[in-house]
Parts: sequence; structure tokens; C-alpha cells
Amino acid sequence: MADAGPVALDRYTSVVLDRRWPVVAVAGLAMLALTAGAVFIGVTNDHRVLFDEHNPQLLAYEALEETYTESDTALIAVAPGASVFTRETLSLMESLTEAAWQTPHSIRVDSLTNYNHSESVEDDLAVGPLVDGAEALSDDALARVEQIAMDAPEIAGRLVSADGQVAALAITFALPDDADAAVIEITEHLNEVLDEYRSEHPEVGFHVTGDVPMNRAFADATRDDMEKLTPFAFIVIVLVTIAVLRSALATVAVVAVLMFTINTTLGFAGWVGTVFNPVNAGVPLIVLTIAVADSIHIVSGTMAGLGKGLAKRDAILESMRENAYPVFLTSVTTAIAFLTLNASEAPPFRVLGNLVAFGVLCAFVYSMTLLPALLAILPLRPGRGGGKWVFLDRLASFVIARRTTLIWVMSLVTVGLIAGISQLEFTDNWTKYFDDRYEFRRDTDFIVENLTGLESWEYSLDSGEEGGITDPQYLRDVEAFAQWLRAQGEVSHVQAFPDIMKRLNKNMHGDDPSYYRIPEDGALAAQYLLIYELSLPFGSDLNNRIDIAKSATRLTAMARGGLTAREQRDFDARAQAYLEANAPDLVTPATGFTITFAHLSQRNIESMLQATILAMGGISVILLLVLRSWRLGVISLIPNYLPAAMSFGVWGYLVGQVGLAGSVMTAIAFGIVVDDTTHFLTKYRRARNEGSSPPDAIRATFQATGRALWTTTAILVAGFLVFASSGFEVSWTLGVLVAITLSLALVADFLLLPPLLMALDRRKT
Amino acid sequence: MTMNLARRPIAYGLAAFVPIAIALDTPASELAEAEQKGLDIALEARQKKVGFENFTASQVMVLRNKQGRESRRALRVKVMEVEADGDRSLFVFDEPRDVQGTAFLIHGHKDKADDQWLYLPALKRVKRISSANRSGSFMGSEFAYEDMSPPEVERFTYRYLRDEPCGELTCTVVERFPVDDKSGYSRQVVWQDTEELRLWKVEYFDRKNAHLKTLTVDGYQRYLDRYWQASNMNMVNHLTGKSTVLTWTDYQFQTDLVAMEFTQTGLRRVR
Repeated sequence: MADAGPVALDRYTSVVLDRRWPVVAVAGLAMLALTAGAVFIGVTNDHRVLFDEHNPQLLAYEALEETYTESDTALIAVAPGASVFTRETLSLMESLTEAAWQTPHSIRVDSLTNYNHSESVEDDLAVGPLVDGAEALSDDALARVEQIAMDAPEIAGRLVSADGQVAALAITFALPDDADAAVIEITEHLNEVLDEYRSEHPEVGFHVTGDVPMNRAFADATRDDMEKLTPFAFIVIVLVTIAVLRSALATVAVVAVLMFTINTTLGFAGWVGTVFNPVNAGVPLIVLTIAVADSIHIVSGTMAGLGKGLAKRDAILESMRENAYPVFLTSVTTAIAFLTLNASEAPPFRVLGNLVAFGVLCAFVYSMTLLPALLAILPLRPGRGGGKWVFLDRLASFVIARRTTLIWVMSLVTVGLIAGISQLEFTDNWTKYFDDRYEFRRDTDFIVENLTGLESWEYSLDSGEEGGITDPQYLRDVEAFAQWLRAQGEVSHVQAFPDIMKRLNKNMHGDDPSYYRIPEDGALAAQYLLIYELSLPFGSDLNNRIDIAKSATRLTAMARGGLTAREQRDFDARAQAYLEANAPDLVTPATGFTITFAHLSQRNIESMLQATILAMGGISVILLLVLRSWRLGVISLIPNYLPAAMSFGVWGYLVGQVGLAGSVMTAIAFGIVVDDTTHFLTKYRRARNEGSSPPDAIRATFQATGRALWTTTAILVAGFLVFASSGFEVSWTLGVLVAITLSLALVADFLLLPPLLMALDRRKT
Repeated sequence: MTMNLARRPIAYGLAAFVPIAIALDTPASELAEAEQKGLDIALEARQKKVGFENFTASQVMVLRNKQGRESRRALRVKVMEVEADGDRSLFVFDEPRDVQGTAFLIHGHKDKADDQWLYLPALKRVKRISSANRSGSFMGSEFAYEDMSPPEVERFTYRYLRDEPCGELTCTVVERFPVDDKSGYSRQVVWQDTEELRLWKVEYFDRKNAHLKTLTVDGYQRYLDRYWQASNMNMVNHLTGKSTVLTWTDYQFQTDLVAMEFTQTGLRRVR
């Protein structure tokens, strides 16, 4: 900055202080005008918002849905705590199946009881529901139902558990364009119906999962985070601010800036038509947490001036002189870091990045206008907490005395922690996106444990010609693939078209078990299929497994619970390798909900990595220009970059798995960490320029910035820990990771940066 | 309440069914009048079809999925009128090739489930289809078998709704409710022109009373100076985005069909 800077700044501050009432009025009007937009804020519960519209896995998944049928589903599991093959439970399933048909937007219901069993009756094909009128079934009939169900590969392990203790029904939905409202409607309806069943059958457990209930959990989590976490964070921040500033009036000024910033940001979000979801529901909380730092710096500077006996006007002028430039710098670097989220594969993170960047700049503007005006208006008195912080002096002495040891120790710690990254695995698992406080998660865990895995690989196996699916060679290839899949440890259930053909072949030969095999003749198979299709009732057709040209069938392999994204991708690669070797015409990548998620963090990391490096480079250049020293600029890289790497290492040791949050954490944390380094190095450089030796400059810097660094870090860590109390996995991982990073950054700023400066900054003054 | 009624979907459908609920507010006499008028229209429409004896025609079905991909089915149809019972219909499949020669025989009934048989040329056997199903997808299309042929009057109860312009004609709009609780529908709304009672449009509502499909019909031609037959039927599924166009050609009335062709024995000789 040129020397005219401070003079111009003083002049600017004086104008603000002289016109404090008009400034407050204008700021208030501007805030209100923008806030009015908040009514346009939308909230969505569609998990597909996580994916870019060009995401190849999502496109493949949508193509699958368009070829067959929509695959939005809800799975209801019924657990009587005993065998399900009783008159009571089966008739309960029958009634629940009928009730499920009343679910809004449902197009299909598949259950244990309405499974279309086919058999040979007097040499004719009889097709009908497995159970029709369970109450009247004899014991023999019940045993027969059990045997048929447990022998039917289409339902055993999917709609009835292997131990016969859990039965299920799957509802398929065709969601309209406004899927959000539909999801609410569906889940409300299901809850209502199930509550009735629960009260009538208290001994029976009812559990619901599937992607439609998951979308509902998405909506609930968004609402919970916005309605509960944000106010909670606000209270925490206000309390910490009071503790730091020890002045109620000064806190009022800070809180005013925060409220102006939040309102303006959310209003802006509304004007630009933002749609919130769980991933970016944290925007207000993050803005709040980051924005508070600006005003704390300015207010605590003012309070310090008052403590030294300055008049209020002079105290504000001096604080602005001291802080305006660093606050400006840190706002810009933070905004740049958040803007890099635009490179994310997951659109909600782009929204988060842009809104936080906007909020941070907004906080800067209010800190330069509203804040000094308010400080001038409020009858501030010197705080009680002024004076030196002895601890900081002691810390400075310790760091100066043990600088060599510290370099070694810190290097070892750093390397040791960073090595933990090798333990880190990137995975996104939609069944684990919500913690136990959500019924969705508890139900999902129950179903995964007791009935079936919920993640699946979907293969659309194309014969390459119309009617080709009844070609014996095609059927044999698909059958072999299904058998291969069943033999793999990762798979719990396979639903494959040849099973139907084998069953029909048997039925057509008087239920002779030796004919439970692929028909030899393609035309015969096609005609079996025709007769079977003509026999299936409404809502039970095969259009969800066969394309309209009868050229392709859908094969679904359900995964066992607990696979990581990499295991899911690797499995798919192995499956493709199998097809390549055994049925090269059928080779196709897996698609579906699960595989789309399995690729999400991977894709996101790749896209974020470049952008983050670019932003780091850009911010480092800014720091170089500001510090006007290559040496300091290069040294600054270390406390800026290492904390994120270290916290990934910590996470690797402690947790091992990280999802979407991990891919954006670096960009977010980096933008905040840079602030501390910037404050530290600008003060250090000023002390050096004023003629201090490096150790003296360190001591002066500790005294000048130490307190602000401690307090802002405390606020930021508190804010992100509140974020970490979200029940949504992406949010809490992000909150914890950022909190760890900020804490480590503080440690690095006090214990690593100073020894490095003393060792490397040998420039004479 | 849901539970008990849910076991009887039709009852539930009717209870949930808004127009009926409104109708309950209207005087019973008015309701009875609307029901009678609806039934009268159905009977009159049937009367206009009586006496055709038999006809043959060709059908081409084009199935279209949400992606816009198409697939074709071709079949020949023979229908024989039966006095005092449902018509007998014979479908002979020509395409796709692997079901060529397969023949589907239906003996329609007014008061009980239809009898259905399929002749499988690859097996050279006739198989009875014991399921009473009429509501499932016909060959993967958006048509159920019950949508393709004019249904027996007795299979529904009726309610006249209103008259309204439809194109250049005036249509009478009637609602009908399936009697069979295995039907996939809770109700249908039917548009027929007042002059000839030709069917122009049907809206189908599923068991939870959501608008499932719409059938539009055009290309009417008159045969034997009496019988109006459509050449295009377009069924759109609003929930899945799939659709099927059914085109009729080569109508021949009062041909030399014999009853023998519409028996199980006759089925084996179809070509």
C-alpha cells in the first residue's frame, strides 16, 4: 500500500464517523432491500442435486430409468420377530400390499404376497399371487407358500429374508417434475399408514427405507440444520464474543454486523433463486462463523485503544488504521478460496462457495461502514480485559528459546500426522449419510442387517437385436453372469431375467424340476414369455425388467452392506472383466443409484484438486505482493498448507473413511487458515521493518496478534463444531475436519512458523 | 379406517373418490338420474354395434419409451359376435418374428371371467391362461387387453357427467366404474360424440385415483353404412412417459368366418 493509504483511510473513517446516522440508515435500507429476497429461497430434498447434470454416471442411470421404469422406491420391511409364514403375518402383508397401492405416485407394488407365482395346473399355465386370502390357508398351504417363496430366486433374500423372519414389499414411484412435494406427500402417507399398522400390531416391527425415504431424510436434515444448528451457532458465537470483548455494548455492535450479514446473504440467495439442500444448508452458519472475525478484530482494536486511554473517536480511527487492510486482505483471500468450490462436481457446493464468498465480502463492507458508525453511536467504555496477556509473553519466550528443538519436533509431528493420509479412503455411502437420530438410518440399518443390502449394481444387458432376449445364447450368457455374480462375496442377491425363463420352462413341462433350465429354442422361449406376460395382472408386468423392443434386460445385483465406494467400483470393474472374457457382446458398466454415489467423491476430488491448487497459487501470489518478500511469502506456504494435510492424516488414523466433505474441506479450511497467517506475517513484517530482530519481532507479533488469533480461532472452531453436530454425514465430517484444521493451524502459527522465521529470515534490517 | 377398507380397494377407491363425495351431497334422485343416463348411453352405444356378425382387421402397435425408442408389434384380429354373451376374439401374432403364428383366443363373458387360450406354435400346443387377468400390459404396450376392445356394458357402472364440445362435434362425457375388483382402474372418463356415440377419448384413473393414462381415438370410417371403426388409437401413460400407438387397417365385415375358428381346436389351425 502506498503511504497515502493510511491518510485516505483516516479521511474515509472520519466521514463514516461524522455521518454515523445516515450510514446506519443506508446500511439498514440496503440490508432490508436485499433481505426481501429471502422469500424466494427454495429447499429441495432431491438427492440428485448432488450431481452435475452432465455427470456421466447420472446420465447412464437416467437412461436406464427411461429404458425400463423409474426406480424411485420405498422398501417396507415387516418383522414379526418370528417366521413370517403365519396366517397373521401373511394377511398383514396382504393388507399392507393393498394399502401400499394407495400411496401417492406409486406405479407398482412388489411384495412377498403379491409375487406372481406360476405353476402348471392340468397342463395349463396358472399365474397368480403367491398368497391370496392368507387367513383361510391351511397349515399345509402355509408350508407350501414358504417353500415356494424360499425357492424363488426373485424374492428370497429380497422380499423375504433368508431366515424367513422378515418380509418386505417394494413400492415403485414415478415422481412428477415437482418431486419435492411428491416426496413429502409419499412419506407422510406412508408414515400415517404405518402408524396405524403399528398401533394395531404393536408386536410387529415396521421399517422403511429406499431412495424416496432418503430424500425425505434429506429434507428433514436440511430443515434441522437451518432451523436448529444456525441459531445454536449464533448463540455460541455471541457468548464467545461477550467473553472475548467483555463488553455487552461492543457485542451488540458485532451482533448487529452479523445479523446484517446473514440477512443480506440469505436475501441475496433468495434473489438469485437459490435452492437449499443438506449440503449447503450450512451457508448461514459458515458465513456467521467467518464473518464474526472481521468485526472482532476491529472492535477489539477499538476497545484496546479505549483501554490505553484514547478518546473513542481516536480509538476507532486507530483500530481501522490497524485492521482495515488485513481485514480486507483476509476477506479477499477467503472469498477466493470459497469461489474455487465452483469447480466442484456437486452443484450444492458451488452454491455454498458462492454464497459464503458473497457473505464474507458483505461482512467486510458492513465492518467498514455499519460497524464504525455503530461503535461511534454506542456509549462504549474501556473493557476490563485490556492489558498484556502474560501467557503470550511466556509462550514467545519458550518458542524463542527452543526454536531448534521445536522445528525438529514439529517436523516429526507433521510428517507423522500427514502419513495418516495413507489410511484414508474416499467413499460416499448413501445408507450412511444420516446418523442414528434419523429414523431413516435406524430402519436402513435394520433392513441391511436382517433382510437385504440396499446398494445395487444395475446392468442393462443388451442382446443387440429386437426380441434378442429370448435367444438361448443370450439367456445362457446372462444366466452364467448371474451365477458368477452370486458366487461373489460382495453380492447378497441377484435378480436376473433367465430365472423367469427357467421357471416358465419348468411350468410348461408339468413343473418337472429337470426342466428348470434355459429353453433350447428361442421361439419357444419367446412364446413362453408371451403367455406369461399375458397372464400378469396390472402393476406386475415385466416392463421394469425388459425394454420395449425385448432387446435388453435389466440385471440387478444387490450388494452386501458395508462396502466402500472403492470396493463397489472395483467390483464393477471385475464384473466388466468377467463379461469381457465370457460374453463380450454384453459388456456394459454398472449403473444405478449406488454406483453414481460410488463415483461422486472420486470425481469431486479430481475436479476440486486442480481448482484448489490454482486458488492456493493465486492466494500465495497475493500474500507475496502484500508481504513484499519472497522469503516470507515462501515461508507462509508452510503454515497455510500443512494443517489441512495434517488433519486429513488425523482423520485417516481415527476414522479412515471420508466422503464428499473431504473433497471440499481443503478449499474451505485454506481460505480461513490463510487469515491467521496473513495477520501474523503482516504484523511481523511491520515489526521487522521498524528495526526489530527476528526474535523481538516474534515477541511483538505474539503480543499484537496472539489474542486475536486465539479468539477468532476459538470462535471458528466453536462454529464448525456446532456444524459438526449436524446429523448429515457430509456436514459433520466437514465441521470436524475444518475444526481440526483450524486448531492445527493455530498450533502451526505459534509453534512452527516463528522458529521457521527465526531460522530462515536472516535478512538484515 | 385405511386398513379395513384397503382390503377392498374398490370400496376404498370410491370412498376416497372426490366426485362421488360431491355427488353424495346432491339429491339421491339426481344421482340416480345421472347413473341411469350413463347406463342408457352405454346401452345405446352397444345397440349401435349389434349385428355386425364378424369382422377381421390388422393391427400394428408402435411402443415408444421415454427415450423415444420404438418397437413394433403386428397382429391380425378376428372378432365374432355372440348373441347374449361377450364377443369371441382371436389375435394372431405376426411380429415380432419369434412369436409369429402364436394365437390368442378370448371368449368374452358378460357375467364371469373371460376364457383365454394361447396357441404356441413352437410347442404345437394350446395352453389355457387360467388367470382372470384383463388389466395387465398387452405385449409390453400401454394397452391392457381390456382397453383394446369395446368392453361389455355389464363390466361397469356408469354416471353421466355432462355434454361438451369436442372438435366439431358435441361429446357426452360419462364416467364408468369397473365392477371387477381385479381391474387396474378405479374409474374411467369417456368422451363419445352425441351423434354416433363413437369413442374419442378415455381417461384412465388408477386404483388411487391418479390420472394414469389417456387414450385418444381418431380416423373413424363407416363400414356396411352402419359400423364406425377407428383407425388410430393413441395411449399415453402419464406416469411413466411411455406411449403406444395402435393402428387398425383392412377392416372386413361379415366375412366367411365360422364359429369353428374360435375354438381350441380351431386355434391349432390358425395361420
